[in-house]
Amino acid sequence: MATDTTVQRAARTRGDASGPAPGGRKRSPYPHWFYLPAAIVYAVLFLVPTVTSFYFSLTRWSIFDSQFIGFDNYVTFFQEPALVSGLWHTVVYAVITSGLKVVLGLGLAVLLTSQIMARGYLRSVVFFPVLVSTIGVGLTFTILLDPEEGLINESLALLGIQGPGWLTDPSYALVSVALVDVWKGVGLATLIYIAGIVSIPGEYFEAARVDGASAWQNFRSIVLPLARPATFTVILLSLIGGLRSFDLIWAMTRGGPGFTSDVIASVIYKQYQAGFYGLSTAGNVILFLLVTAIIFPLSRYLNSKEVDL
Amino acid sequence: MTASSLSRKRPLLSIVAILLSLVVFVVPFAFIVLTALKSRQEASLLDFSWPTQFHFVQNFIDVVQARDYMLIIAFINSTILTVASVAILVVLAAMVAFVLQRRRTRWTGLINFMVLSGLIIPPAVVPTIWVLQKLGLFRTMPGLILIEVAFGLSFCVLLFRAFIATVPRELDEAAIIDGAGPLRLFFRVILPLLRSVIITVVVVQSVTIFNDFVNPLYFLPGDQNATVQLTLYNFSSSYSTQYNLLFMDILLITIPPLIMFLFFNKRIVAGMTAGAVKG
Repeated sequence: MATDTTVQRAARTRGDASGPAPGGRKRSPYPHWFYLPAAIVYAVLFLVPTVTSFYFSLTRWSIFDSQFIGFDNYVTFFQEPALVSGLWHTVVYAVITSGLKVVLGLGLAVLLTSQIMARGYLRSVVFFPVLVSTIGVGLTFTILLDPEEGLINESLALLGIQGPGWLTDPSYALVSVALVDVWKGVGLATLIYIAGIVSIPGEYFEAARVDGASAWQNFRSIVLPLARPATFTVILLSLIGGLRSFDLIWAMTRGGPGFTSDVIASVIYKQYQAGFYGLSTAGNVILFLLVTAIIFPLSRYLNSKEVDL
Repeated sequence: MTASSLSRKRPLLSIVAILLSLVVFVVPFAFIVLTALKSRQEASLLDFSWPTQFHFVQNFIDVVQARDYMLIIAFINSTILTVASVAILVVLAAMVAFVLQRRRTRWTGLINFMVLSGLIIPPAVVPTIWVLQKLGLFRTMPGLILIEVAFGLSFCVLLFRAFIATVPRELDEAAIIDGAGPLRLFFRVILPLLRSVIITVVVVQSVTIFNDFVNPLYFLPGDQNATVQLTLYNFSSSYSTQYNLLFMDILLITIPPLIMFLFFNKRIVAGMTAGAVKG
C-alpha cells in the first residue's frame, strides 16, 4: 500500500499542476478543465462555423475573399423557383418520413412485443437496415425501382399492375426516396417503441384484463398514452434526420428529375460545387432556421405533455 | 411480455408477418448477394434469380483490383477514421459527461444547451471548410477525424451522462479520501466502471462513422484518401453496366456493420433506445 500512496500523491500533484484553481479555495474533484478538450474541438469546428455562417451568408464568397452584399443571397434563393421548391420538398420529406415512422414503428412494435413466432428474427430483420450504409441502400433501391427492369415493377406486373417510374417520374421521385428512407429507418423507430412499451408496468394490463378490456382497448387506453415519450423521441429524431437528409437523396436521384426531389441539403451541396459559397451558406442558414423553428418549439411542447408512469 | 400475456402465440398472424418480412426486408439483401455472385451478362438482367454460375471469387478480385486497389485503400482509410474518431470521442465525451453529471455550477445550463444544440443544429458546411482551411486541416485525415469528433460529441455525452448517474458518488468520495486527484479518480475509478456504456458508444459510433458519407464528401474529397462510402458512390457511376461488381462492392461494405450487429446486437439496441423511456 505504501507504493500506492506515493503514486496517488504523484497523481495529485500532477492534477494540481494542470488546470487553474476554480475559486482558489478547495479544489473540486470534478474540475472544469475536463470540459476543455471537448469544448475546444466543439467550439472550433462546430460553433465557429455556425456563428460565422450568418455573416458569410451575406457575402459573395470565393475561397480567397468575401465581399459583403447584404441580403442578395437570400433574395436569389427565394427568387429561384428551383431553390424555393427545395425548401418545400424538405418539409414534405421530413413530414412523410417521420409520420410513417411513427405509424409503422408503433404498429411493428406492438406486433413484436406480442406473442408471435420468430420474434427475435423479426426484430433483427426490421432493425438491420438501420446499420447498413445509406449509399448502399440507395444504390440498391435505385436498381430495384428501375421502371422497366426493376424487381419491384416486374413483380407488380405479375400482379397485373403497371408500376410508375418511381424515380424517373417527377411526381413520384421525392415520395419514392422518402419511402426508401422509411424502409431503412423504421427499425429504429420500432426499437424505440419496443423499449417504451416494455417499460409500461404490467399492472396496467392486469387491471385491464380484470375489467375485460379488448386488445384494441388495451392499445387505445394503455399502450398509446403510455408510449407517448417514445412517440416524442421518434418524431423528434426522424424530423431532425428528415430535415437535413442528404445522402439517400443524393445516391438515388441527385435531386432529379429536374429539381423535383431537391431538398435544402442537396441545394447546399450543388451551390457549393458550383462555387457559390455565399449562396450555399445562405442555404445552410435557411436550413438552420427551419430546423430550429420546427424542433425547439416542438420539443418544448412535447416535453410539457410528458406523462408519468 | 406485458401487452400480450393474455394471448397465446397466434400462428396465422405470425406466418403473415414472417412472409411480409421476407418480401420487404430479406429480398433486397438477397438481391444484393445474388447479383454479386453473377456474371456480368446475367447481372445486367437485374433479375431476382439463382445464378447459373457462381462468380464470387472473380467478382471479388475484380472489385478489389479496380482502380489500383482503391477499395483496399478505402477500407484502410475508413478504418483509421473510425478507430481514431471513436477513441477520441469516448475519452472526451466521458470527461465532459462526468463533470457535467457530478458538479452543478453556472456552466451546467450552458453546457446542456450546447449538447442539445449539437444534436439538433445542422452543421454549416462551407464555413467549416473555411475554418479547416485556416487550420491547414482541410483535405486531411486529422481534419476529418476532428470533424467526426465534434459532430458526434453530443450524442456520446448524453449516453455517458445517463450512465454516470447510476454510478454511486460514494465511490468518488472513497477515492478522494484515499487521496486521488481528479485525473486518477476519473481514469482509474470511473472510466473502468463505464465499460458497458463504452462498448455501446464504440459500437454505435463506429457504425455511424463507418457509414458516414456526407462529411468525407465535403471535408476529405479526392481519390487519394477516399473512404469506403465515397468509393462506393464513385464506383456506382463507373459500374453502371457492371452490376455484379457494384453489388459485390455493396456487399463488402455491408459486412463490417453486419459483424457489429451479430456480436453487439444488445449493446446497439441499448444505445439507440437510450432516450426513449425518459423522453
